[in-house]
Amino acid sequence: MSGATLTARLLAHDSAARRLLVWATGAGFVAGAMLVMQAWLISLIVDGVFLRGQTPGQVTPLLGMLAASLLVRSIALYAETVLGQRAANGLKQTLRQRLTSRLIQAGPLPLRDERAGELVNTISEGVEALDAFVTQFLPAQALAILLTLCVLLVVLILDPWTTLVLLFAAPMLLLMMALIGGRAKSLTERRFLELSWMSAFFLDMLQGLPTLKLFGRSQEQAATIQRVSAHYGKTTMEVLATAFQTSLVMEWAATAATALVALEVSYRLMAGQLAFAPALAVLLLTPEFFLPLRTLAIRYHAGTTGKAAAQRILKLLDVAHASSLTPGRQDAGTCADDDPHSALTGRRTVAAPLRQHAADILQSPLAIRFDHVAFAYGNRPALRDCTFTIAPGSRVALVGATGAGKSTIANLLLRFAEPQQGAIWIGATRLSALEPAQWRQQVAWVPQHPHLFQGTVLDNLRLARPAASLAEVSAAAEAAGAHAFISALPQGYSTPIGEQGVRLSGGQRQRLALTRAFLKDAPLLILDEATAHLDAENAALIRDAVVRLSAGRTVVIIAHRLELAAMADQVIVLEQGCVVESGAHADLLIRNGHYRRLAASLAGVAW
Amino acid sequence: MVTTAVPMPRQRTLLRLLAFLRPFGWWVAAGILLGFATISSSVGLMAVSAYLISKAAIAVDVTQLSLAIAGVRLFALTRALFRYGERYVTHLATFRILTVLRVWFYRAIEPLAPARLQQVHSGDLLARIGADIETLENFYVRVVAPPLSAVLVTLFAAALLGAFDVWLGVALVGFLVWTGGVLPWISRRLSRHAAETAITKRSELHVGLVDMVQGMADLAAYGQAEAQQAHVWAQSAALHRAQQQLAEVRGLANALTALFTGLAGLTILWLGISLVTSGQLAGVYLALLPLTAMAAFECVQPLSQAWQMLEASEAAARRLLALVDAPPVVVEPSTPAPAPVGVSLEVRNLRFRYPPMTGSYDPFAPMMPITPTAQPESRSTPDGDWVLDGLTFTLRAGQRLAITGASGAGKSTLIALLLRFWDVPPGAIWLDGRDLRAYAAEDVRTLFAVVPQSPYLFHTTIRDNLLVANPDATDAELAAACQAAQLDTFIAALPAGYDTLLGDNGLTLSGGERQRLAIARALLKPAPILVLDEATAHLDAVTAARVWQALAHHMTGRIVLIFDHSPLALAHADAVVTIV
Repeated sequence: MSGATLTARLLAHDSAARRLLVWATGAGFVAGAMLVMQAWLISLIVDGVFLRGQTPGQVTPLLGMLAASLLVRSIALYAETVLGQRAANGLKQTLRQRLTSRLIQAGPLPLRDERAGELVNTISEGVEALDAFVTQFLPAQALAILLTLCVLLVVLILDPWTTLVLLFAAPMLLLMMALIGGRAKSLTERRFLELSWMSAFFLDMLQGLPTLKLFGRSQEQAATIQRVSAHYGKTTMEVLATAFQTSLVMEWAATAATALVALEVSYRLMAGQLAFAPALAVLLLTPEFFLPLRTLAIRYHAGTTGKAAAQRILKLLDVAHASSLTPGRQDAGTCADDDPHSALTGRRTVAAPLRQHAADILQSPLAIRFDHVAFAYGNRPALRDCTFTIAPGSRVALVGATGAGKSTIANLLLRFAEPQQGAIWIGATRLSALEPAQWRQQVAWVPQHPHLFQGTVLDNLRLARPAASLAEVSAAAEAAGAHAFISALPQGYSTPIGEQGVRLSGGQRQRLALTRAFLKDAPLLILDEATAHLDAENAALIRDAVVRLSAGRTVVIIAHRLELAAMADQVIVLEQGCVVESGAHADLLIRNGHYRRLAASLAGVAW
Repeated sequence: MVTTAVPMPRQRTLLRLLAFLRPFGWWVAAGILLGFATISSSVGLMAVSAYLISKAAIAVDVTQLSLAIAGVRLFALTRALFRYGERYVTHLATFRILTVLRVWFYRAIEPLAPARLQQVHSGDLLARIGADIETLENFYVRVVAPPLSAVLVTLFAAALLGAFDVWLGVALVGFLVWTGGVLPWISRRLSRHAAETAITKRSELHVGLVDMVQGMADLAAYGQAEAQQAHVWAQSAALHRAQQQLAEVRGLANALTALFTGLAGLTILWLGISLVTSGQLAGVYLALLPLTAMAAFECVQPLSQAWQMLEASEAAARRLLALVDAPPVVVEPSTPAPAPVGVSLEVRNLRFRYPPMTGSYDPFAPMMPITPTAQPESRSTPDGDWVLDGLTFTLRAGQRLAITGASGAGKSTLIALLLRFWDVPPGAIWLDGRDLRAYAAEDVRTLFAVVPQSPYLFHTTIRDNLLVANPDATDAELAAACQAAQLDTFIAALPAGYDTLLGDNGLTLSGGERQRLAIARALLKPAPILVLDEATAHLDAVTAARVWQALAHHMTGRIVLIFDHSPLALAHADAVVTIV
């Protein structure tokens, strides 16, 4: 994609920002034009006093105009900065709004892998990179053309011969610019790589210090750091030396042009072919001729990072690429779906008449039926032809090795994904006929790794019910076996947790998630048991809480230990996306089948 | 945050920073002089050019111009050359300073690690150290050199103008000081609050987005995704408000800088006009005056950045010095006992708790933010609780003890104490019949081969990661260790074999592969005490059984500590201790 189309597509997202940017660039042009005017005024003043013998009184109007142009230039510079920032802020806000909306649309499944970090970076740092792109690079790019032409035009009027000198120097400069764009770009990239390599190496040493100490190797590493750092300093200098040589030529071209103009106008001045005022004016204008291009060269980096960021952002926003964020679906035509609408068009266009209010249909507790359900993540099948029934108010444990399809069943029940074949029934209602948000109000979910948000314990628990009172929250925490440890935290329920707060153990995190589930008080509970090495105390607390929480609800437990599976009314054993066995824990053990083998090989250890 | 005593006064931080430049005194001086010469060349070029044109307007003979012509040619050439030299010298010096800084920091932190590095809650400490050291890289190029060059340019240009009339020089100095010194200082003061807000809001926005992306499942399940989105928008808007305030100040500073530059030219032109009309100055010099003045303003351009970098450097230096200046948590004996050989290990009623404000930790876990799955249980200990409360056991060479029931914190702490990563209470741990505290820490660590629960692997080849344990190990020894750890077929299947790179730019190993590599590494170290911390937790049952079988051969004659609760592991222990 070319830079211009990229910018145009980016600014198309916010027309107000585009307008502001035009104004900012206009202000930048005025500021530049004032410099041209000042050059001419200074020349006239010097000419008047030096050659025409004018008195200070006679040049006062010109001095006044000079002062006025200084003031106008200052105001224009102020406006350029402020308007540019406003344009950037508007654009950044719009893009962040659209990007976050896109995240919500895509749902949680595509965000689980390593792309999550990249997405966060694009929305925070990537969008932020547009700040310098909009405030610095784009105006500089426009002014490099506008102001350069403006100066050239004025010089052409004042002294056509000097125009030739400038035109002779300009291609040289443009050539250097092209080199900056091409070769120097790869040079800076290489330099950046080398720098980041060195930082990574140094961090590796610091991170591995305990290991180095254990093996008695830590002290000798100082010499290694010395050697590697010196080596990288040297190679980076080699890279930089080339960049310095490029700028040496550029710098030389600019000063040489100034010198050439000075010499050329002097000879013609002596020969009487040129008046003094235009001669001095073109001398003053020569550096200004190169200034916009040099400014652009300085801001080139903001341009490249901005363009790279813009590309990533547009890719995310691009509707055509939207599917890159949503989990892969198999060809809808092949599925044996009995709903013609979803078979033809996929789930987002579920026919409106079918959509019913969850509250109207759902009577607690819920009966759930998976009817020949299949689902694949991209090309990787997770569930194949999965059929089972969960009786209302019963406790069901899903067991099986990693990748057997347990989590996929939870994801489908939570509507994070839709079955590609078959259907899920809630009582007599098809799950896909319900509005996802309304359906989720009927589900309490205890994930394996509950996310703790930046904020207090209380904020995190109120996620389940924002309006809950402290008393209600602490009652729920009590029931979930979390109240005691929360009270022991430095500030109790007001203790900050999350990324920057107090760290909690896996068991504590899960008990917070259980508290959320108690607060939500929904007819269906989905519990993904923590696999972390829970100590006995945590395990017991969680088991008791689960028993309390199951009363009067339909419960689906993704079990990783025998303990919770043994408590279930029904155990469903999954293998490679298929139900291979189901029944009560005791019966299954007697049957000596898949479950028995699973149980024996793991003997109480997490699987 | 880091537990440090008194914050250092600003002057002392800066003095200590400057001390790093002392060995590079000549480099620094050369950089400053070259910077001065570069800008002075521009000043000279504009002054001589203006004089040349003026002289040409009244000269009758070209020979009258020859000196000025030579001057123009000279300055046109020197500027580019001086600039090149300046860049070369300053960057070369910077890289050398950076090397010195890194080595200095590593040497200073090495005796303090890992305890000191772990004494912060924030996981990004190490990334910050790296960033801080790189910030200091700018200290010379952007903080020290530009103001000194600017002072020289100011003196030079003022002397040039002062030669015509002293007031011209005075006026120029006044405008330069105002534009290069006072104005950046004021704008820095005005924008400080907004700048701090912007930094905070930017990180809050980032955290808000991380929460939104990583917590999307929780948010969606509880119908709170839109609420979180609104929260993110509000933070983004707050960031933009702060940035707008900064832009106002910046715009004002830009405007005033341009205004003062122009006013300097105008004032000097006006003074020059009075001098010319009163006959005190020849008219041919009039054009030179404002052009010289305005060219000199190039020297104040980098100064506003210098103010910013000064503050950033100072903050970075303060953070680094706070880490480095902290006393070590483990005090080495002044006269260490002769090195132990590791025939007996005794723990007598060991009670231990961390000082307040330090989390307990797993010493080997990477100290960067880690995925929730890998989050060690051990982070949970509330301040001041006993992590170990009355642990007692005795082991002699050849005896194997399993320790179960320990919370993550307890066992990580016991390992850290054994390895002298934290200080042991007197009389609690005895090695070869002597208090552990009597030995040099280095001598103690030589005796231990440890398989940590979350091993750290360096971003280098598999071979180098193994050789850390024993640099002299032969290929045959490596192969034997890997075979015992059930890693041989895995390595054989890799195209580059033992030379496969690990880490960010190389191969990412699974938890089980990492563990097996750590087992191989531990087996390469000929140490009399073997510590196995959940060594096979990430392995499947069959592989785990094979690993334990192989490990059994390596246990004979050694003191073995097994932290594990799997039956497979417990079968290899002579005795089991349960700690609470």
